[in-house]
Amino acid sequence: MIKKRAMVLVSNDPESIRLGANEIVQHLNEALVTYGIQDEVDVSTVSDVNHSNILPLVVVYPEAVVYGPVKASDVRYLVEEHLYKGRVVDDLLAPPKMLTGQIGWLRGHKGYNPAEHRIVLERAGRIDPENIEEYITANGYEALGKVLSEMTPESVIEVVEKSGLQGRGGAGFPTGRKWKFVRAAQGSKKYIVCNADESEPGTFKDRIVLEGDPHVIIESMAIAAYAIGADEGYIYIRGEYGLAYRRLEKAILQAREFGFLGKNIFGTEFNFDIHIHAGAGAYVCGEETALLESLEGKRGEPRSRPPYPVTKGLWNKPTSVNNVETLANIPAIVRNGAEWYRSIGTPSSPGTKVYTIMGNVNFSGVIEVPMGVTLREVINIYAKGMKPGSTLKLAQTGGSSGSIIPAVLQDTPMDFESFRKAGVSLGSGALLICDQNTCIVDLVKVLLQFFRFESCGKCTPCRVGTQRSYEIVDRISKGQGKLEELDTLLELAAEMERASNCGLGQTATVPIRDMLKHFRTEVEAHIRSGSCPTGICEMAQEVEKV
Amino acid sequence: MPAIKSLEELKRVREEALQKKKMKATPGNVQVIVAMGTCGIAAGARDTMKSVLSFIESNSLSGITVTQTGCIGMCEQEPIMQVVIGDQPKVVYGKVNAEVAEQIMKQHVQNGIPVKDYVLPL
Ligand SMILES: Cc1cc2nc3c(=O)[nH]c(=O)nc-3n(C[C@H](O)[C@H](O)[C@H](O)COP(=O)(O)O)c2cc1C
Repeated sequence: MIKKRAMVLVSNDPESIRLGANEIVQHLNEALVTYGIQDEVDVSTVSDVNHSNILPLVVVYPEAVVYGPVKASDVRYLVEEHLYKGRVVDDLLAPPKMLTGQIGWLRGHKGYNPAEHRIVLERAGRIDPENIEEYITANGYEALGKVLSEMTPESVIEVVEKSGLQGRGGAGFPTGRKWKFVRAAQGSKKYIVCNADESEPGTFKDRIVLEGDPHVIIESMAIAAYAIGADEGYIYIRGEYGLAYRRLEKAILQAREFGFLGKNIFGTEFNFDIHIHAGAGAYVCGEETALLESLEGKRGEPRSRPPYPVTKGLWNKPTSVNNVETLANIPAIVRNGAEWYRSIGTPSSPGTKVYTIMGNVNFSGVIEVPMGVTLREVINIYAKGMKPGSTLKLAQTGGSSGSIIPAVLQDTPMDFESFRKAGVSLGSGALLICDQNTCIVDLVKVLLQFFRFESCGKCTPCRVGTQRSYEIVDRISKGQGKLEELDTLLELAAEMERASNCGLGQTATVPIRDMLKHFRTEVEAHIRSGSCPTGICEMAQEVEKV
Repeated sequence: MPAIKSLEELKRVREEALQKKKMKATPGNVQVIVAMGTCGIAAGARDTMKSVLSFIESNSLSGITVTQTGCIGMCEQEPIMQVVIGDQPKVVYGKVNAEVAEQIMKQHVQNGIPVKDYVLPL
């Protein structure tokens, strides 16, 4: 099988279709055959582009060149020039103004590699993380200086609020609003806590920031502290992240030496310092209230809420808990402004998202792209397509409690709003991409095995619910399941969602629901015929036929 | 280092640091940058680094700065090593084990010819 080297997207909103988008797709496919490159180029469609005056649009990746308006009669020339000979057709280019819409636009880029848009990962892998001067040469600490010398805490919060930044730790809560709550909370002692626990299986995006660019976390925590009125911060870091821990320690020492931490920072009244605390390997300690308990030296079990950390957090003081990726956006937002940030991504989910890509694809690793890019784009462009012989069956977004998306939903833009609408969760940004040889029952069983192990046991719905769900799915995988147990799974799920004390139990049900929503036939096959359609599940030797 | 007390001072420090950086990128100078994130180290970046350093030592080379960086996201290609000679554009290599590192030092750093087989198309 030949690796796809390019992908073409044609807008297919009603207006584009009225103006001939379908004919364009048809002509494209024909022209690709004419030039004999049909196996190297993927053609697909994209909706919600929101540009009525330049429709239909044709976007060519990996260079992210946008053509529009395109007529069916232009297509052959475009294929010959751009896809066959590799020359951009200037005459057909869409006007170079900022594109908006419900999908994320990739930046134009000439060359082999796809266009990424790096804000969070701008410096990781490019600077020496153990040398503060390299961070400073890349505009480091300028945002902190600007904030302390030119801005009030309120105006900092306003910029962050206007930027539309939403938390990247999983819940997507607006960061500016969180800071506002903490600022408004009663009390003179407040804390900023960086959630660097990154306990979600298959996710290592935060580690790349911590290891490759530790100063950005220090700078943004100082900015956050100033905004919310804190003078002390904690980084709660996953226990396994030894290298990141050491680099952070070193960075903190350097920052103190340069006066970015400590007393009278930038010659102002502002004092701030940071402590690091390593976790001990419990998934639940990534949940912010369990994290706070753990920081206080107690057993890492989630608290009952309300009160929320913004009013009663660490040592019962108002606390802002922010994820690493969230924080890493802050200095760039302060330097470039809210408008700039809003110009990236989609109107409802501005900015970028860092994804950890893995599975049956040609490239696995970490990428940062605008919010609103689709799964298809990620797979075809960044992951360089499915492995030879693999076709996409499903993808899991967001780690163990993330949604399982069937291949038919791969054109849903990946942003908070579109996902919410499609009933999908973006989670932590892990993208596990699975081919036809994946058994849904097996996959969900592995996930539930994880949850029953990681449930902290404090509340019954989660402790027992994860265990019972696992047992049922385990039985199904052995050919011993019963059809009525699928209803039991859904009943359990409803109880766990309603009554669990924290997100662990509340979202452990997502894979179960998705399994039954999108792959029910496959699950039933395990039960009805006692066989696994993909041949993955070990069936019991003697299956009692129902 | 006295604490930085204003934006102006920060700018001055940045200028100085940029100057230092530029000095590194002048003819006659070579920078070898090894990616030392967890993925790099797991793939053997320490051996890569050792090989570079011992090559420099055993050949008594000078004018070479060896530094590290983090992961750039292409974990599959680790160990990744970059070579910048003078003010020429940087060359990024993937899957650089100790032997490849030595080959790069010999062929690229000493003789100016990039080792094509390991260059990552960026
Ligand atoms: C079981 C569980 C595990 C979590 N693990 C993490 C984690 O590893 N890192 C993280 O940043 N947030 C994690 N969260 C989300 C946090 O509770 C919290 O929403 C987040 O730290 C807030 O930061 P943000 O607003 O910047 O997203 C987890 C939540 C739950 C329920």
